[in-house]
Amino acid sequence: MSYDTVVVGAGLAGLTAALRLTERGQRVMIVARGVGATHLAPATIDVLGYLGDTRVGAPAGSLAALIAASPDHPYAHITADQLATAVTWFGAHAAALGYSGSVGENMLLPTALGVPKPSALAPRSMAGGDLRGGGRFLFVGFKGFKDFHPALIADNLVRAPLPLPITARALELEPPSSRLGDLSGRVIAGRFDADNLTDWLVGELENRVEPDERIGVPAVLGLRSGDQTWQELEKRLGCTVFEVSTLPPSVPGIRLFNALTAALRARGARLVLGVRAVGAHANNGHIDTIDVANATGTVSHAVGSVLLATGGFPSGGLELDSFGATRETVFDLPLIGVPETDRVRFAPNYFDPQPLASAGVPTDDLLRPVDANGHPVYTNLHAAGAILGGAIPWKEKSGTGISVASGYAAAEAILAPAAQSVSEAVR
Amino acid sequence: MNDFIRDSLDHCVKCTICETYCPVSQVTPMFPGPKYAGPQAERYRGAGKSVDSSVDYCSGCGICTQVCPQDVKIAEINSRARAKLWEQRGVPLRNQMIARPTVIGRLGTPVAPLANWALHNRAVRGIVQSIVGIHRDAPMPSFAGKTFQKRSRNHRGPSDAPAVVYFHGCGTNYYEPLVGEMVVAVLEHNGFRVIVPEQDCCGLPLQSNGNFPAARTYVRRLVDRLVPHARAGLPIVSNSTSCGLMLKREAHEILGIEDEDLKIVSESMYDLCEFLLRLHERGQLRTDFGSLPLTVPYHAPCQQRGHGIGKPALDLLALVPDLHMIELDVDCCGIAGTYGLKKEKYEISMAVGKRLFSDIAATGSELAACDSETCRWQIAHGAGVTAVHPIELLYRAYGLDRQGQRDLVTTGTQPARVSG
Repeated sequence: MSYDTVVVGAGLAGLTAALRLTERGQRVMIVARGVGATHLAPATIDVLGYLGDTRVGAPAGSLAALIAASPDHPYAHITADQLATAVTWFGAHAAALGYSGSVGENMLLPTALGVPKPSALAPRSMAGGDLRGGGRFLFVGFKGFKDFHPALIADNLVRAPLPLPITARALELEPPSSRLGDLSGRVIAGRFDADNLTDWLVGELENRVEPDERIGVPAVLGLRSGDQTWQELEKRLGCTVFEVSTLPPSVPGIRLFNALTAALRARGARLVLGVRAVGAHANNGHIDTIDVANATGTVSHAVGSVLLATGGFPSGGLELDSFGATRETVFDLPLIGVPETDRVRFAPNYFDPQPLASAGVPTDDLLRPVDANGHPVYTNLHAAGAILGGAIPWKEKSGTGISVASGYAAAEAILAPAAQSVSEAVR
Repeated sequence: MNDFIRDSLDHCVKCTICETYCPVSQVTPMFPGPKYAGPQAERYRGAGKSVDSSVDYCSGCGICTQVCPQDVKIAEINSRARAKLWEQRGVPLRNQMIARPTVIGRLGTPVAPLANWALHNRAVRGIVQSIVGIHRDAPMPSFAGKTFQKRSRNHRGPSDAPAVVYFHGCGTNYYEPLVGEMVVAVLEHNGFRVIVPEQDCCGLPLQSNGNFPAARTYVRRLVDRLVPHARAGLPIVSNSTSCGLMLKREAHEILGIEDEDLKIVSESMYDLCEFLLRLHERGQLRTDFGSLPLTVPYHAPCQQRGHGIGKPALDLLALVPDLHMIELDVDCCGIAGTYGLKKEKYEISMAVGKRLFSDIAATGSELAACDSETCRWQIAHGAGVTAVHPIELLYRAYGLDRQGQRDLVTTGTQPARVSG
């Protein structure tokens, strides 16, 4: 088939770009080896949480300092206006999750380990956990649900650096027994969807919650019915209830994936999983067809543009072999942030600055991967998300922000190449 | 055996994405999930011994492999572990039986009216359940009486057109020969001569029931019959997505067959809709479609997704005026070939299919489309609608039904008539 754009990768960056492109009428196919990191991340949009070791309160206002310190950062290729537009647009288009927040200021949301994490946007079912205003918190866990310990969350949070003091206590509830053995987040969410666990939870909590307390529960309130369950809990308990991100799998992340892919389906985009983009045919630096390997062989699809959103090392967009060579796996693109092969590639301590941490693809301001001279490798190849070099997302707490902003900005560059080329020339 | 299947388990990063998609472990504790049973338990199967019987509750839908971002061949690992289990224990008689559709087909076809009566008689089915272990409510197709092979022998197509080889599979042969005739009619309408080689089962049901030696015998026999055509450079099309996938990938990846003949056949295989869409891309598909004012929900079966070809049925049906297809978003209908027929697995299979059934019901349509035959039978059974192969809609849109004086037809479980 021929497509206006083929997106490689089904993570947040690829889905965001695809959604924007289909919104503007493009025929889009998304090909991916599998599902992306949406299912692992908590569905918050983290634009910028840390500058060095300093927690960021106002992400939009801190971009200039970030870019000054990291000139190759993906945000250096995205204007502040574009970033704000992208994040606002995204929040509005993932409407099923009811995002709240803005790029202007970070919320501080509790994690499953009791760490206050800075996020610009959060689903409204999580936003009530904002710790900035201080106050009294009750964290609730479910017996048998692994890796979520309300006492750990409460203990860590009261000791965490916060603008205003909080108090926090913990409560562990025994969920009604079920035929289902392993209590994963996915299984509990399924029970909220199917059975009426809401009645049970209200019954357990209504006489135990103290005045002015906010209740944090694991983010497992249902896959299909999560938002409704949350609303119902707030209404019936008469207090603020919020979901706390869990260890993977992330139920809010799956909700986000489902919301984005449903919107894409409705606009006729095709999502093909379990396949691999293996290369392209180009003429004069312009990609004409992209090759996708499926069950039996390789199929070439004619394309107008290609968006590379394959992720970094964890997702296979980048590969490090046992000889120390690092490569981009689809197009073998030039990389930045890669130490010479005879240099140390790993620091001895996990949290030390790691030499390979910011490895990735360099781009121009249209988010097109560039060679060492700054020239686009292909005129119609763009990149977005964790494949981009120059950032240390896990440390900056910028991963989902980069994905949304670069996904949106790459889509805009694809949609308006002519106009954008002019502004590029002006720069 | 090709080690790349087993070796892939080292790529597992325990991200749990497969667990979130497994339709079986979501509805029953009998199966602990693809990650536990697959890449994790596989490490204990080192000496070729089976360590757990829970893997028998994997339905083999293959969704885990499709969603895995690290290319771990989870479903394939589990499929082999299941075979190891039954190799040690001996495959039960019931599983040997239901895994041989050609044997059942040959037995049932001559006595079709009687067999159909028995298949749909509550009392008989109750007895069959208690003696054989096939659930009394499980969806069963009806024998057509006259097989597609027999029907096609009397058919005279064009003699000088480019040829395409048709691998129709057992479902079409014994239960839905009219679907096969529609396939032929649509291909001939597009200027092809359709070759229908003698053929029987691809071995897939035996493979999923853990009898690999017998499955290999079947698939090799089928490959022997198809390979002369493949060597002659002819494309082979199949309207059975799972049987097509067997030839494309599973005989190699799961049964571990390494030979040149299979490779050539694999590379010549096309899913029917994939083949027609390729014609369209080359501007060679006739688009003289008449109006078909229908709204039809479409379910891409799990095995169809395993082809990695997108959803060509939807791309094709988008060419039909006034036909509105609704793309459903459910991974599996639950039947998984013979899985849902089994006494101890029927309830699981229906629980897996529940969401699909209710999503179909929510569309208000009395008609659904789906590429795979056993899935259509399950959909007809669970959702109470008529389920057709997409080719039936194309056939009708081409107006071929009027030429041939034939009503739009059938799923194996209930006759269907569509007004439009």
